[in-house]
Amino acid sequence: MSMEYVDVAVIGGGPAGMAAAVAAKENGAERVMIIERDRGLGGILQQCIHPGFGLHYFKEELTGPEYAERFIRKVEELGIETKLDTMVLDIDKSRKIHYVNPEEGVGYLEAGAVVLAMGCRERTRGAINIPGTRPAGIFTAGTAQRLINMDGLIPGRKLVILGSGDVGLIMARRFTLEGAEVKAVVEIMPYPNGLARNIMQCLIDFDIPLLLSHTVTRIFGKERVEGVEISQVDENFNPIPGTEEYIECDTLLLSVGLIPENELSEKAGVELDPVTNGPVVDEFRQTSLEGIFAAGNVLQVHDLVDDVSKEAEITGRSAALYAKGELRAREILMKAIPGENVRYVVPQILRRGDGHVEFFMRVTKPMERVKLVIRNSDVSFKRLFARPGEMMKVKLRESHFKRLKGKKEIIFDIVEDDD
Amino acid sequence: MVLQKFDVIIIGAGVAGAAIARELSRYELKVALLEKNPDVSFGTTKANSGVIHAGYDPHPEKIMARLNVKGTALYPNLCEELDVPFKNTGSLVIAFPGEEKALDELLERGKKNGVPGLKIVGKDELLRLEPKINKNASRALYAPTAGIISPYELTIALVENAVMNGVELYLNTETTDIEVEKGKAKAVVTTKGRFYADYIINAAGLFADEISKMVGIDYFKITPRKGEYLLFDKKIKLVSRPCFPVPTEITKGILVNITVEGNPLIGPNAQDVELKDDIATTREGLQEVIKGARKLVPEIPMKYVIRNFAGLRAIPSTGDFIIEAYKEVKGFINVAGICSPGLSAAPAIALEVVEILKNEGLKLKEKRDFNPRRKKRIRFRELPDKEKERLIKEDPRYGHIICRCETVTEREVIDAIREGATTVDGIKFRTRAGMGRCQGGFCLPRIILLLARELGVEPVKITKYGGASVITPLRVKEILLQRKA
Repeated sequence: MSMEYVDVAVIGGGPAGMAAAVAAKENGAERVMIIERDRGLGGILQQCIHPGFGLHYFKEELTGPEYAERFIRKVEELGIETKLDTMVLDIDKSRKIHYVNPEEGVGYLEAGAVVLAMGCRERTRGAINIPGTRPAGIFTAGTAQRLINMDGLIPGRKLVILGSGDVGLIMARRFTLEGAEVKAVVEIMPYPNGLARNIMQCLIDFDIPLLLSHTVTRIFGKERVEGVEISQVDENFNPIPGTEEYIECDTLLLSVGLIPENELSEKAGVELDPVTNGPVVDEFRQTSLEGIFAAGNVLQVHDLVDDVSKEAEITGRSAALYAKGELRAREILMKAIPGENVRYVVPQILRRGDGHVEFFMRVTKPMERVKLVIRNSDVSFKRLFARPGEMMKVKLRESHFKRLKGKKEIIFDIVEDDD
Repeated sequence: MVLQKFDVIIIGAGVAGAAIARELSRYELKVALLEKNPDVSFGTTKANSGVIHAGYDPHPEKIMARLNVKGTALYPNLCEELDVPFKNTGSLVIAFPGEEKALDELLERGKKNGVPGLKIVGKDELLRLEPKINKNASRALYAPTAGIISPYELTIALVENAVMNGVELYLNTETTDIEVEKGKAKAVVTTKGRFYADYIINAAGLFADEISKMVGIDYFKITPRKGEYLLFDKKIKLVSRPCFPVPTEITKGILVNITVEGNPLIGPNAQDVELKDDIATTREGLQEVIKGARKLVPEIPMKYVIRNFAGLRAIPSTGDFIIEAYKEVKGFINVAGICSPGLSAAPAIALEVVEILKNEGLKLKEKRDFNPRRKKRIRFRELPDKEKERLIKEDPRYGHIICRCETVTEREVIDAIREGATTVDGIKFRTRAGMGRCQGGFCLPRIILLLARELGVEPVKITKYGGASVITPLRVKEILLQRKA
């Protein structure tokens, strides 16, 4: 078994992996290789045939495959190598990658730096424990999207969609355009989970009802789904007896959350954040293991691919610097901590605490006219609104860091703006 | 309709029917195994705890007690022959203060039943064996002969080996009547025609009472008793072996368990139900399972649940296995009421049935070319690199991973189809594709297309487990075109 060496190995050829590879190459890494388990690059973008991508990054509206195509072209132009149809079985601390593919069989690759870009998977029925039967006709929204858009197969005619995540909303529209009937989108939270624009363009524009504070409490049907029971929930998300309602349908789609796919990272020993389920990273997107970096949905579930591309640029650049020996190991300078009304903050660690650092965070509840405050400091930012379904971003600049000097922790609070 | 004459017909390809078929395949006999489902092991066999019990539980006077202990002893060799993973983990019955006497009774009963190696272990030893067990537990009964197995893998293997040795398997073949002539069972009438036989064995699980009624033997009833379970991601660990609470008269209780593949499994509860196809889980039932399991292991992280499911036990009104021939209807043999410990007893049940057949006059001549070994199953994920390398060279489809959670390759899926899987569940039970943490989210579209390609049918015909369980019933644009027309 030969042991090839590459400067930067990127695991995953979706939007994060491609952008990281491009950035690594542009920042001087000599050999950059993308390892992708599918037959082509692009990842989940290839099945997202709807428009709405690229408004921020390319300043124009693209479909998923078009967005992917721009990066695929760059990957080719820059001479970035790819191993397709290749599944990574293991990564270890010393950045040795163990993989398998039909052409080479089992192989090993050694990398100067590794970028984790494996994306995420969908939460399933099991994870939310819906009782009832187990017939055909229950799909996660992304699987249904793949079946329709890639394989030309429609999973059913009459649907209920549980969860108002973006993939579910997009699929509500897609099924409607196929002539299927979406009876309702049911959301356990008192507010929608997806982007406001998707609620508008995928539900309201098509008269699809959105039932908030409701959930599916039972699935019926022996061979194929015949219906679901939905119930209203109380403030602790427990179904309220007496509110049960039966909806006849042949399909239940689940859009109940995405989980970063970190089994490889865990096996390697990368420390994970229990809230994001992604690696704990510093401002260089370096994980707890030196030389192993992360980008995209494996790190935190994003709303927009544009943000993924931007984040992956930081990651790719850092990986290139590390591979060239230009990213020195440093002690932790300060930690970024979620405070009031904040679920998580990425990056979680700062090692330099200067220049520009953009923080990504999610809030715990929807609020209007808020202030993002760094606790016990005079640093604060105004925002018109905060919504759990829309990631909040804030850039700390040189001037801010000067004002935060000496702090071991920076705690982000989101509070109502009284001014 | 073709007229077919067999020496022995077995109705039902669950674990009992499969074990009998395999045992009979040692002899010069024409044997048919009839199954109403599109695959073997699709009934009670597929959804239970997968525990090979030591045998301290049933009362000594019961057939259950004798066949359990005997069956369990046969497992290590049987699984070696059939290349079925079996782990001799031992088991624990965990007592809390006040329950010690019940534990001693179990020990005594076990000794009477002839269970080898039983011993009471103290708290320290218990917590050393199972560190996550409730610290309030006082002691436990340790049974070293117990183990864990995948019941459907076993059943698939038994049938494969039986078929290899000449047994004829008829799937999608539901028994609708049994013809009796002059006090002798003569033919099984099915949805696929009439099968004549000298001997008819009823191993129809939940429906054994209905089959028995067809020949006029109706002194017993089978009640479906539902058991609900929760299965967890294998990345967490709760226990290393089946851990039971102290049993009650009706059930062994809600256990904290591990499957042979390493997934934590909790359940089952026990609820008598009306319908023999009511395998729906319920909110209350799942809550009961969680509560019960937390008595034994207080820390159970619910975010790692990957599936809930329920199975039905075939509870006989007699309180014991019904394994017997009848004077009134010669040639008809019941193997009914095979509830727990039916899986453990299955290999011994098969031997018992062979004895009965012999007593009833069936001539048994051993085949010279009987092969007890099933073709070695390739489980790609378990192989060392060198072996993986060799396989991929031999067939590049071994290098193409279809199920990424369980690392199942395209070639393994194709082999499963060649071995008889025609449904998505058939692939799942043979290869584990779709059994991991994403529950088929990734591999389902790929499996549908592979099944369609290999079986030469349209993807819109592929089912989850036969019948009307079609997964993707329509082609893109089909609804719109239908509407236009």
